[in-house]
Amino acid sequence: MRCMMHGFNLLVPVMALAACVAALGQTQTYNLGRTPREEEIRAWDISIGPEGKELPPGSGSAKEGAPLFAQKCAVCHGPTGKGSGPGGSRRLVGGQGTLTTTHPVKTLGSSWPVATTVWDYVNRAMPQYEEDLPHAWVPVVPNRPSKREPLSADEVYALTALLLYWNDIIKEDDILDAETLPKITMPNRDGFVPKEPKWKKGEALPFGQYP
Amino acid sequence: MNSKQSDRRRFLKEGAVLAGLAAGAIRSASGQGPMSASGRTPESEIPENFRFFNERSRFENSVRKLPSAGESGASKCPLQDLHGIITPSDLHFVAAYGMNPPDIAPREHRLLIHGLVHRPLIFTLEELKRLPSVSRIHLIECVTNSYMFRKRTVHLPELRNRLTARDIHGNTSCSEWTGVPLSLLLQEAGVKNEASWIVAEGAEPVKHARSIPLNKVMDDVIVAYAQNGEAIRRPNGYPLKLLVPGFEGAFNIKWLRRIKVVDQPYLTNVDVSHKVNLRPDGKMRWYNFEMPPKSVITRPSGEQRLPSRGFYEITGLAWSGGGTIRRVEVSTDGGRNWKDAQLQEPVLRIAHTRFRFPWNWDGGEAVLQSRCTDDRGVVQPTLAELGKIWGVNFDWEYWKIASETGYNGEHFNVIQPWKVTREGTVLDAMYDAWL
Repeated sequence: MRCMMHGFNLLVPVMALAACVAALGQTQTYNLGRTPREEEIRAWDISIGPEGKELPPGSGSAKEGAPLFAQKCAVCHGPTGKGSGPGGSRRLVGGQGTLTTTHPVKTLGSSWPVATTVWDYVNRAMPQYEEDLPHAWVPVVPNRPSKREPLSADEVYALTALLLYWNDIIKEDDILDAETLPKITMPNRDGFVPKEPKWKKGEALPFGQYP
Repeated sequence: MNSKQSDRRRFLKEGAVLAGLAAGAIRSASGQGPMSASGRTPESEIPENFRFFNERSRFENSVRKLPSAGESGASKCPLQDLHGIITPSDLHFVAAYGMNPPDIAPREHRLLIHGLVHRPLIFTLEELKRLPSVSRIHLIECVTNSYMFRKRTVHLPELRNRLTARDIHGNTSCSEWTGVPLSLLLQEAGVKNEASWIVAEGAEPVKHARSIPLNKVMDDVIVAYAQNGEAIRRPNGYPLKLLVPGFEGAFNIKWLRRIKVVDQPYLTNVDVSHKVNLRPDGKMRWYNFEMPPKSVITRPSGEQRLPSRGFYEITGLAWSGGGTIRRVEVSTDGGRNWKDAQLQEPVLRIAHTRFRFPWNWDGGEAVLQSRCTDDRGVVQPTLAELGKIWGVNFDWEYWKIASETGYNGEHFNVIQPWKVTREGTVLDAMYDAWL
């Protein structure tokens, strides 16, 4: 290799290495894997970042979300999202102001930093379908939603709006879409430490619940 | 069918099996390409009188503990039955998030890499297996290990003192993982300058997703397709799993289907709600990453019995998500005196480490405990020391509130005491601290 021949000149190998690294950004080494089509990526990409850049077209309000919730969500989350449904899933509503008490209630309303997480999670994971549940330990509940009825983008906007309305974050008539949703300020937006999470190899961070 | 026909059929079947074994596998099993034709016979095609070649001795019946009713948690690894440092794949703990593991056909599975890259790429499993691979021994530990079961059972008198090493600490397991470094795949895709995190996502119905810092990804993260010499077990992520050594278990995305390269943490549901620690001032500590050093004596341990006084080798496991175990000390007198235990080679980075300590039981009451130190100098704390770090007293009142609320005692790594009674019964002595 070139660098070997100029062993005494320290700059040359460094420059050669830099060139190699830059080249890696440009070309493939192994030429395996194929280039996905744009629409393939769009169909797979369900990650919604905190700026909401990936949010799809569509819209919905809490009013539209209410009948949907009753039909698809209440069986586990309870009629008002307080977690008292027979499916026994987690509470979605309330808890604001309780995080400093001895009995904190962590809900999306009291603890989540951004509203895009609500959209992302409802869209990615809800409802949890009957056929995916291990009934060895998850209660059998009549009328749990089935795989045949996935949520549309409008429905996800409507359910997100309902959950934010029930948590007193938006109004019942507010319409959520790709533009309005990322602008919502969640109550616990500044409640997370560290502000900019980072990882450093070998660093012994203080751990545990109360560092 | 008369018995002659049946015998003939069996003969043909066995012949086929033997031929397959001998030829070392020309045939391509369904769902696999020619490169991975393994000659393996599906379980259902193995003649009955050959099945015992696959089986454990009928006298060995170690199993994971299934979650109890109403508990969506993990099924735990029976640490007290393990030897050495490798967890047999079928005993690897499973955190299921209350869902059945998906049943993925490997031929149809794809890994998509996209986002802030110059060339988005889709890989088949066969293509991934053609790339340069690595095998590394690493542990995976659930973030609530050693805490959750105590919290859930603290008010159940019938279980008090009677927990086993599996019950309390069984959400950790250690395997040899084989796969492609994710750094290699990202170099193939060409990461853009503004990238700083990735989001990794599974293919299961809830599509579990986590944000991971790019510098960790480029350091030692593996896209794994094999576990302990065979394909990854279905509940552990078949056919692809992201291995993020040392990080909280839930970073190790199972059934991996997508890597999106991004410029900030994406604040997924799991990022901001499950794996977040709430401090007394109401602030939530997120992205806690590495699991701290922990050790536990696995023999003798809870619910075991010492039949007579005399010699016993005390043995157990130590590990740290932040590095390599440097030292394990053992006390047999309730923590008054500590002596170094012997570490079994190989002592590996972010892997279970086996320790051994010779002990003569004199027949009297004894409290056995271990404490470890990793190569960063972090020492496993006592209950009182961790209480100081967290700013709480682990008294009865604490556990009562914890069991009533959403408290998650994550990264709980206190020293585990086991009490040997005069009768030779081994009990969990942690409760003595607050009862």
